[in-house]
Amino acid sequence: MLEIKNLSARSEDTEILKGINLSVKAGEVHAIMGPNGSGKSTLAHVLAGREDYEVTSGEVTYEGQDLLAMEIEERAAEGVFLAYQYPVEIPGVSNKYFLKAAINSIRKYQKQPLIKTSEFLDLLKSNLAKLGMDKEMMERSVNEGFSGGEKKRNEILQMAMLQPKLALLDETDSGLDIDALKIVAEGVNALRSPERAIVVVTHYQRLLDYIVPDFVHVLSGGKIVRSGDRTLALELESQGYAFLEAETASA
Amino acid sequence: MIVTETTSFQEHFERIGQTESAGWPDWVTELQAAGQRRFSQVGFPTTKAEDWRFTNVSAIAKHSFAIATAAGDARLATELAGQATLDDQAVRLVFVNGQFAADLSDTATLPVGLTVRNLANDLDADDSIATGRLGRQAAVERSPFTALNTALFRDGVVVQVADGATIEPLVQLIFVTTGGETAVASSARNLVALGRESRLRLVETHVGAPGETYLANHVTEIELGDNAVLDHHKLQGDSIAAFHIASTHVSQAASSVYRNHYFAFGASLSRNEILCYHGGEDVETVLNGLYLVSGTQLADCRTRIDHAMPNCRSYEMYKGILDNQARGVFNGKIHVHPDAQKTDAKQSNQALLLSDDAVIDTKPELEIYADDVRCTHGATVGELDDRALFYLRSRGIPESLARKILIFAFANDVVQGVKVAPLKKHLESILLADHGLPNV
Repeated sequence: MLEIKNLSARSEDTEILKGINLSVKAGEVHAIMGPNGSGKSTLAHVLAGREDYEVTSGEVTYEGQDLLAMEIEERAAEGVFLAYQYPVEIPGVSNKYFLKAAINSIRKYQKQPLIKTSEFLDLLKSNLAKLGMDKEMMERSVNEGFSGGEKKRNEILQMAMLQPKLALLDETDSGLDIDALKIVAEGVNALRSPERAIVVVTHYQRLLDYIVPDFVHVLSGGKIVRSGDRTLALELESQGYAFLEAETASA
Repeated sequence: MIVTETTSFQEHFERIGQTESAGWPDWVTELQAAGQRRFSQVGFPTTKAEDWRFTNVSAIAKHSFAIATAAGDARLATELAGQATLDDQAVRLVFVNGQFAADLSDTATLPVGLTVRNLANDLDADDSIATGRLGRQAAVERSPFTALNTALFRDGVVVQVADGATIEPLVQLIFVTTGGETAVASSARNLVALGRESRLRLVETHVGAPGETYLANHVTEIELGDNAVLDHHKLQGDSIAAFHIASTHVSQAASSVYRNHYFAFGASLSRNEILCYHGGEDVETVLNGLYLVSGTQLADCRTRIDHAMPNCRSYEMYKGILDNQARGVFNGKIHVHPDAQKTDAKQSNQALLLSDDAVIDTKPELEIYADDVRCTHGATVGELDDRALFYLRSRGIPESLARKILIFAFANDVVQGVKVAPLKKHLESILLADHGLPNV
């Protein structure tokens, strides 16, 4: 589904990604872990199309297409979804309108009939219930005045409504208490299917107790320095990231 | 023959001389004469004057206006007043060319504690409300347009709320200007007085015959007693070829709350000035505004808050959306007097420029003479927020729609601050027509 080859990117004069190689197949869940500043979030944002980063080399193929050549909205319409670490507040636009605009924009792109209002409302209602969210929140402006936890749930709600093929979760666990974390993880797990792939970017392995990954990669200094199965996450949990630096330095 | 407007108003003044009298008390005649003298002396301002640097009124000065006395096109005026009517339950006073139109108004059932009159009647009444109040705040020296209004007014509205009264129905004032074939100058003079512990919700709507050139030059004086709360809304939807000049002078006694929501959509040139004076402690002033201009429109928004007493608050937010070659001017003055300790003043002005040719001149002015105060101001001029744009697009929303959504959101933020339901609905419909959210 996703093939990243030798991807390098920079922000202004700083090289952040220095030759990333990663292959994600449908049905898989990958976790990308690493210390602060290792480039985890940058990778997720580059895949979503953020223009603050300049791709200096490498290629990314998504479902056989050149992902880096696609517009931001095209990537989303083709099924790429980024759940943000810091969701943006948009005063003056209701959540409900935003969600419907997103769903129908994607349907238009895919040349599918637009969603009926009643169908939209039913879908919204059931997803809100699953995530333990108040429906009154949908009348409020996008993320405005939401707590950190509410913002994260709102990201997962959007994901549930849009049903992406490739979900990128950027530090979705930060700022969540354990109950909220479980609810969010359930929301993510509900999306697991043989047709979909999920990439979880996280600093701590805590989230991976609930969203169990098939593969774990450790990113450090803009490169993937180790890959393994979920035991690698547990190893990191017990040893911390310090040993990596030693490895990277000696490499 | 080209007559400059100073001459034309001057000619009018000479013609009426001392002979025309509205039969009003001497103090009114004297007040009007003072206005006339002042205007004759100073004439229309030029851009050399600091207060008028960005607002060139030479188009007004060069134009000839008939002094509006009678209603213009009665059928059109009726239609316009009908369209502007927000709420059937509201107490409604309609003024056509600055003169009260009783047949278009609805003052049949007034709640206890509310008095509404037209100024001409009030000045004749034994219990005149305007007497001792009119002209107290709006000094003729303040502005040439205040002087001109003072010289020319023949009518306006007088609203009084008794001590302790909470007025449930909305009071809507509709100012219609239409001269038909003639360009008219309309000068309404208004007075609003709220007694202690009273509450009122007021909506001022300004409309005019589409495409007509006219001068609407209004002055409003407002007095709030202790603990009084006034929610004042103004919609300026004048003809796109019209000139709209207005000043609202507010005097606030202790613990009173004045909230002003200003929405400017119309006029080729508009200038709206709000001046608030805190005459007691624990006063709150909230000034919110939204101007949407395009073509070659100019919208000038000015506010002045005099924090003259301790422990008072003022919160101000003005937003503008400017397209094509439109121009905006924002001048927000906050004057904190030496005694006004613990003042809390916040001011923000944000402008969204949708075209490279649109211009905004923004000037916050903070003069602070007390040491224990919190004053903040911010002005942002720019384009849409890139982060928000990315967020919307990353959910599949095409860039063009994402832009429309963010423009709407920017303006809607101010509209959502309005708590009067029919007005909010009306504003939303205007917003949707011009900068609307497509049905999705």
